[in-house]
Amino acid sequence: MYLKGSFSEPKKIFIINFFSIFLFLLFTSSLYPQDNSDCLMCHEDNSLTGTRNGKTISVFVNEKKLSSSVHEGVNCISCHVDLEGTDVHDDDVEKAKCNLCHDDIQAKFDKSLHGKALSGGDKLAPACQNCHGSHDIVPIKNLKSKVAPINIPGLCGQCHKEGSPVQLQRNIPQTHILENYSESIHGEGLLKKGLIVTATCVSCHTAHDILSHTDSKSSIARKNIANTCAKCHAEIELVHRKVIKGALWEKEANILPACVDCHQPHKARKVFYDQGMADQDCLDCHSRKNIKASIDGRSLFVDYSGLKDSRHTNISCSQCHSQVSPSHVRPCDSIVQKVDCTSCHAEVGEEYQLSTHGKLKAKNDLNAPVCSECHGTHDVLGKTNPLSSIFPINIPALCAKCHREGESAAVRYKGTEVDIVKNYTESIHGKGLMKSGLTVTATCTGCHTAHRELPHSDSLSSVNPANIPSTCGNCHHGIQEQFEKSIHSTKITQTDKELPTCEDCHTAHKIIRADSEGFKLKIMDQCGRCHQAIAETYFDTYHGKVSQLGYTKTAKCYDCHGAHDIMPVENPVSHLNRKNIVETCKKCHTNANKQFAGYFTHATHHDPEKYPWLFWTFWGMTGLLIFTFVIAGIHTLLWLPRSLQWRRELKRQKSINTDKNDNQEQL
Amino acid sequence: MIHEKSEGLSDNTSSPKIAERAEAQVQRFSRLNRVLHISMIISFISLALTGMTLKFSYTGWAFFLSGLFGGFESAGYIHRFAAVIMFIVFITHIIDLVRIKRKEKKSFKEFIFGFDSMLFNRNDWKDFIGSVKWFIGLGKRPEYGRWTYWEKFDYFAVFWGIFIIGSTGLTLWFPEFLTQFVPGWVINVATIIHSDEALLATGFIFTVHFFNTHLRPEKFPMDIVIFSGRVSIEEFKLDRPKEYNEMVEKGELEKYLVEPYPPIVIRTIKIFGWTALTIGFSIIIWIIYAMIFAYR
Repeated sequence: MYLKGSFSEPKKIFIINFFSIFLFLLFTSSLYPQDNSDCLMCHEDNSLTGTRNGKTISVFVNEKKLSSSVHEGVNCISCHVDLEGTDVHDDDVEKAKCNLCHDDIQAKFDKSLHGKALSGGDKLAPACQNCHGSHDIVPIKNLKSKVAPINIPGLCGQCHKEGSPVQLQRNIPQTHILENYSESIHGEGLLKKGLIVTATCVSCHTAHDILSHTDSKSSIARKNIANTCAKCHAEIELVHRKVIKGALWEKEANILPACVDCHQPHKARKVFYDQGMADQDCLDCHSRKNIKASIDGRSLFVDYSGLKDSRHTNISCSQCHSQVSPSHVRPCDSIVQKVDCTSCHAEVGEEYQLSTHGKLKAKNDLNAPVCSECHGTHDVLGKTNPLSSIFPINIPALCAKCHREGESAAVRYKGTEVDIVKNYTESIHGKGLMKSGLTVTATCTGCHTAHRELPHSDSLSSVNPANIPSTCGNCHHGIQEQFEKSIHSTKITQTDKELPTCEDCHTAHKIIRADSEGFKLKIMDQCGRCHQAIAETYFDTYHGKVSQLGYTKTAKCYDCHGAHDIMPVENPVSHLNRKNIVETCKKCHTNANKQFAGYFTHATHHDPEKYPWLFWTFWGMTGLLIFTFVIAGIHTLLWLPRSLQWRRELKRQKSINTDKNDNQEQL
Repeated sequence: MIHEKSEGLSDNTSSPKIAERAEAQVQRFSRLNRVLHISMIISFISLALTGMTLKFSYTGWAFFLSGLFGGFESAGYIHRFAAVIMFIVFITHIIDLVRIKRKEKKSFKEFIFGFDSMLFNRNDWKDFIGSVKWFIGLGKRPEYGRWTYWEKFDYFAVFWGIFIIGSTGLTLWFPEFLTQFVPGWVINVATIIHSDEALLATGFIFTVHFFNTHLRPEKFPMDIVIFSGRVSIEEFKLDRPKEYNEMVEKGELEKYLVEPYPPIVIRTIKIFGWTALTIGFSIIIWIIYAMIFAYR
């Protein structure tokens, strides 16, 4: 010791003694736990670094965090046991030991996938602090805790999200775990609604003894799933008893479906699964054929097989009969209203309320059809199902229930259409639908709409004159385009007079083929309803006369004027424009020329102003005719009495002659 | 036009017995003329029926008849076919006239103004005045000759009709061709002329002609001479005394005497005649109905 020689003897003794005591104290002090402040003397420095496995790491310890952590009051060396008794220590200290206190958890962890991987030296395997942190571990109820429920998906997701090394390199059968979870009913509850009691990763997988689902001890093993789910979903068996049949739930877990068979892991969605208990509860009574309402005695029997095959196969009773009270002995005793379809079919409901049907219903009219009248009740089928009452081919019969002559709606109807159903059936649409099974043809609802039927006088009606071109145009689009450019369209002609629409020529329900004889002959009367004078003169000329004899190959209104694309003659695209008229004539008269087109197709000999030649020719001929008949008539009438006289004279002479002959013969 | 000597008569003339027999008949019309008249009747009635369906297309009868003809289209074919027959009848008659003129070596003057010419001459005027006097009780029945004035009128009515109706008919048949030379409204005019002249023709034939030849009491109900071509001497003597006398004077009567047709032929002729008369009167009734009750 270099100090010895520089002090006096007594002083030396004192120093030696003092030093000995100091050393003693120093030595003996190592027999007691080191104080945290000892460690913090150095580790308080936030720039202090050390090395581990050759890497430089910060060895700063935030005393404040440490003191507010769950491990407040725990000595550093309680965890960093390898540093006990050391003063200034080297780098590469061992990791803190958790198992000294948490030995039960450590035991579970060691058996888990994580633990085995860790002990196997997997560098991706998590240790305690990967999840829990180190010096800053806060209580689990503290939302800042890394393992607080709300943080769990994020925490697990660090390694199990899509694209992470664990997800890429380790054999994990599920994919998109984090995304699926966050969209599931659990994930949405947790992440969007902050429901911290909902299931997180650890609720199902447990926190520390995470095992593969193939491991029979795993919380997600097939036979344990039910228990795992039941931790939250107590008595879930009751809900599922239709499928599970109660007792079989656990006994024969291997052959029965497990929760995850229906509710896929991570994806457990907010969808309604197959009928739950409610249906079975309802059917306990309603499957009895003789069940009747106590009020009016109507049958309350529900044909479950019909429901099962129906469009609502995935809808449970209570979704429609929504006023049920599950807590009641008779859950249905709280039902006071009929089924309201609009709770799901809201838009359709709005349309219906606008319709004549809906308006009648609002007035509580007994004849008003409600949803079920057309669609049925429990056995409701989609419109693409041929068995459905609203399958196109069945629609006429459906509407006919009320709209056939003599039925409730037909009696109420005061308009001009008669025999609607019969006429439709014989129409081109009706034949197409009923005879040829052409389901895309126009049915009742094709024109009148399915839910917003209104009288044609209503401006909102699909069959209002203003809307008819677009209604027919739904199918006959090309015609609509032509028509809306023609003089008959309200878009082109502004007039107080009523302009024709499709049904004025084609009729509403009797619609026949435009190339049929009947239509061709009738169309002239149709045009003549408005164009009276011109139609009359048409019948005075060749084309008209011939048409009247039932000959259809001759020119009719639309052959010259066009059918849907009628334009004023001055319009260059008009069929009768100077430039086009010869071509129009040529459709029938192949050798037509310009002078030929000068033939008056609407001429009359009664108009001396417009057609002087015809007028004077007619009267000239009539004059000749009258003159001839007057002269000949007078001649004949004068002749008649004399002729009678002459007849008698001839007879007399004849008898004389005969007598003469007789006499001669006698002689 | 000309009273042709039938070649088939030469045999009969050699047998003088016929003249003495009560049932002996005088041949008035040649076989060709009879055939032409029958053809014309068929053609005329066909034209009238098919044409009237178009003219009175607004009546139910027109629609019915049109259907009977197999629709308007085939009615049109019938109409044009019948028109062609009419043209053929007309042309055949003209050729026949030329043939007779050459055969009898007559001059145009003789041919046109001769005793049996179809052209109007002074004698017809005398007959007409005489007839009017007879009608109003101022004279006796004129002694009518080979052709009476009303027969000549009928004859020229057909001539006139064939020109007027035929020409306008062709215009309507080939409008596309004709409008290369005339404006389109000519077709309209042609329609009126064709139709009204046809009305005049049918009206005249089925009333005036029918009365003059068939219905007047002394011939009632019909005179079949145009079909049989022959008439009894007795009737001939009374009806056409002038012609008879001329024949006797010339000593030619024997040349025209023939045997009467057997009853089966007469019956056939009468059936045909009745059919034509019935159709004719029906058309008249139809026209009157259309003009009075349905005209527009």
